[in-house]
Amino acid sequence: MIVRRWVEGVDERLEGSSFISRNLRKVFPDHWSFMLGEIALYSFLLLVLTGTFLSFFFLASNQPVTYTGPYQPLQGQTVSAAYDSVMRISFEVRAGLVMRQMHHWAALVFMGAIIAHLIRVFFTGAFRKPREISWLIGIGLFLSGIGAGFSGYSLPDDALSGAGLRIAYSIMLSIPFVGTWLAYLFFGGEFPGPDILNRLLVLHIFIIPLAIFSLLGAHLAVVWHQTHTQFRAPGRTEDTVTGTPVWPKFALKSIGLAFTTFGVIAFLGGLFQVNPIWLYGPFVAYSTASPSQPDYYIGWLEGLLRVWPDWEFHVFGHTIGELLLPALVVPGLVFTILALWPFLEARVSGDHEWHHFAQHPREAPVRSGFGAAGVAFFVVLVVAGGNDVVAKFLGVEVDSFNSILRWALFLVPVLSGLATYWICRDLRDRPRHPLAAPPRVTFRRNAAGGFEEIESEPPLAGQALEEPDRT
Amino acid sequence: MRRASLLVAISFGAAILAALGLFVVYVAGGQPQVEGALLFVALVGIGMGLMVWATRLMTGIGHVTQARRHAPPPSGEKEAATEAMAGGVEEMSRRRLLFRLLLGAAGALGLAAIFPIRSLGRAPGASLFRTEWRAGLRLVNVDGNLVTRDTLEVDSFTTVFPEDAVGSGDSQAVLIRVPPGSLRLPADRLAGAPDGYVAYSKICTHAGCALGLYLAAVHQLRCPCHQSTFDVLNGAEPVYGPAARPLPQLPIEIDPDGTIRALGDFTAPVGPAFWDLPPS
Repeated sequence: MIVRRWVEGVDERLEGSSFISRNLRKVFPDHWSFMLGEIALYSFLLLVLTGTFLSFFFLASNQPVTYTGPYQPLQGQTVSAAYDSVMRISFEVRAGLVMRQMHHWAALVFMGAIIAHLIRVFFTGAFRKPREISWLIGIGLFLSGIGAGFSGYSLPDDALSGAGLRIAYSIMLSIPFVGTWLAYLFFGGEFPGPDILNRLLVLHIFIIPLAIFSLLGAHLAVVWHQTHTQFRAPGRTEDTVTGTPVWPKFALKSIGLAFTTFGVIAFLGGLFQVNPIWLYGPFVAYSTASPSQPDYYIGWLEGLLRVWPDWEFHVFGHTIGELLLPALVVPGLVFTILALWPFLEARVSGDHEWHHFAQHPREAPVRSGFGAAGVAFFVVLVVAGGNDVVAKFLGVEVDSFNSILRWALFLVPVLSGLATYWICRDLRDRPRHPLAAPPRVTFRRNAAGGFEEIESEPPLAGQALEEPDRT
Repeated sequence: MRRASLLVAISFGAAILAALGLFVVYVAGGQPQVEGALLFVALVGIGMGLMVWATRLMTGIGHVTQARRHAPPPSGEKEAATEAMAGGVEEMSRRRLLFRLLLGAAGALGLAAIFPIRSLGRAPGASLFRTEWRAGLRLVNVDGNLVTRDTLEVDSFTTVFPEDAVGSGDSQAVLIRVPPGSLRLPADRLAGAPDGYVAYSKICTHAGCALGLYLAAVHQLRCPCHQSTFDVLNGAEPVYGPAARPLPQLPIEIDPDGTIRALGDFTAPVGPAFWDLPPS
């Protein structure tokens, strides 16, 4: 067979026999939650594919042009060349709108999968020694994803993205000592800056994707080398890994997941409108779209700006504005704590051992409590990022809704954290999980006509509730 | 097993048909919703087919258990690696002068490589402290038409620019007409707001969004981004939301013929705070 001859031919020249056979036979554990990271990976691939198509048409220029395309309401209006090119992609390039909307949806799925994956790794303690490096790389990927998203949706130069850029510029200005210079160097001058679209494009299609590619490569290489964590189950030990061999079974499943991810994003991109820039209109410095919400992975940062009080500080005749704390210091702290969590937890618990077994959230009530509080904090802030829309929906004044949000930002995380802690502690201390199947007992009829018990599962300790895979 | 292989066959078959359909739709001129739906069938067809194939038809391949390392590498191995790395550095640092010169050269080159960053943008200079407004410039609207005494009804507002800088980012202002005598401004600022006409910077002092909402009933300007709210009658002082500073006022005068002119630049730097902004 030709495949065999090729493999042998390559093998002979690169001396890769042992490498190939070792890695093709490598086993991967099965658990649905391992798919979250894979979904992130595959939506990134789709982002690269659709993004490449878009880049063939996009013009990163704020030169004014007159719109003459088929969208009637904008006929004859002066718009930037960038906005004009995105309108062309949306209305004139065949399959352009599907590609554009798939690109946007893929970004939303990408960030969602990253966040879900992060939550899964956190709550199962899969970040513990020796996997702290993977965790750090993952945080880097999360941050790169936020950067990729922001730089991407700022490119079309529409009214909504213009407001986002204006806020980003103002945030840069708020940095002590160097802020003004930083903003001027990044934007090329005072807002709106002559060169900003070009720079965002280079960031969006070269620098950040390169960073994501490198980090992703490292992330996968480390996982491949260190193997996945697994839940405890009968027959499993810390120094073995049980699962499906990569080739062909695991690979086929994973490639199947890739195509399914692509398909779902194509469905969203084809049937669900996203970022309709023709409704927002082109960016002009003197007008702001209302309501204006960023995508949800930026929404929590926007929420911080909306609930933060009007604090301004003066230091030796200088001003520290209202933006520095909520826009840079608090998110900086959040990501620092997140990145250092494995090390903080190891220090506090004194646990510096290697762990290959994943934990159930109930096995680590304190960690799970903090995790739930973190998720709640994030959710409240995303709601706060759309406070005007939500208040309108609820039929309340945005001012009073904002006061509720300020309380909620403290209370909801604390209460969810405590509730999670208590529930986890209770579950951990029970001999059997209340939702687990009752112990299985087998009876046999004996010669005398009665029944005797021949087999019964021993009651399991709190940690060992995961049923073995039945593949 | 038979049912599974039938399922895989149907999935792949649907994918083939959908892909052919995509071809037809594209040639016929394209249609986003149909393209999305067909792409969905083609991609999910392949995806589901592969997954069913792997999970249901590869029953011969079961679970395999492999060994993995469950401890740090033996100390001998670790030391050898450290030794190899450190040994290399020592080999170089032994020649102290050369090594220091190398570090110096690398440092100097690194420093030199930083300078081109300066080319990225203009020096801020005083640009954040002033706008295009000068004494005597007439107010025009977004279309470049002169704004006069008769342009506005009481309790309405419009966006204005200096006559030679329509659309300017930092010079944009709102001109509001309020009932005469209702303004509560210090005497020197009241002079720049004749007959109930008052102009403020349109840039929110919080994060720089253009203020778009005027709540005429309460005479408040509200920012659509973070809901900072400014009291128009009381010097545009912030009354709600995250903004800490009032909107700078643009002093204006009204010519006998009704033309509105600026008396000078804004009363303070416009827009969000920055490090060199002096406390007001």
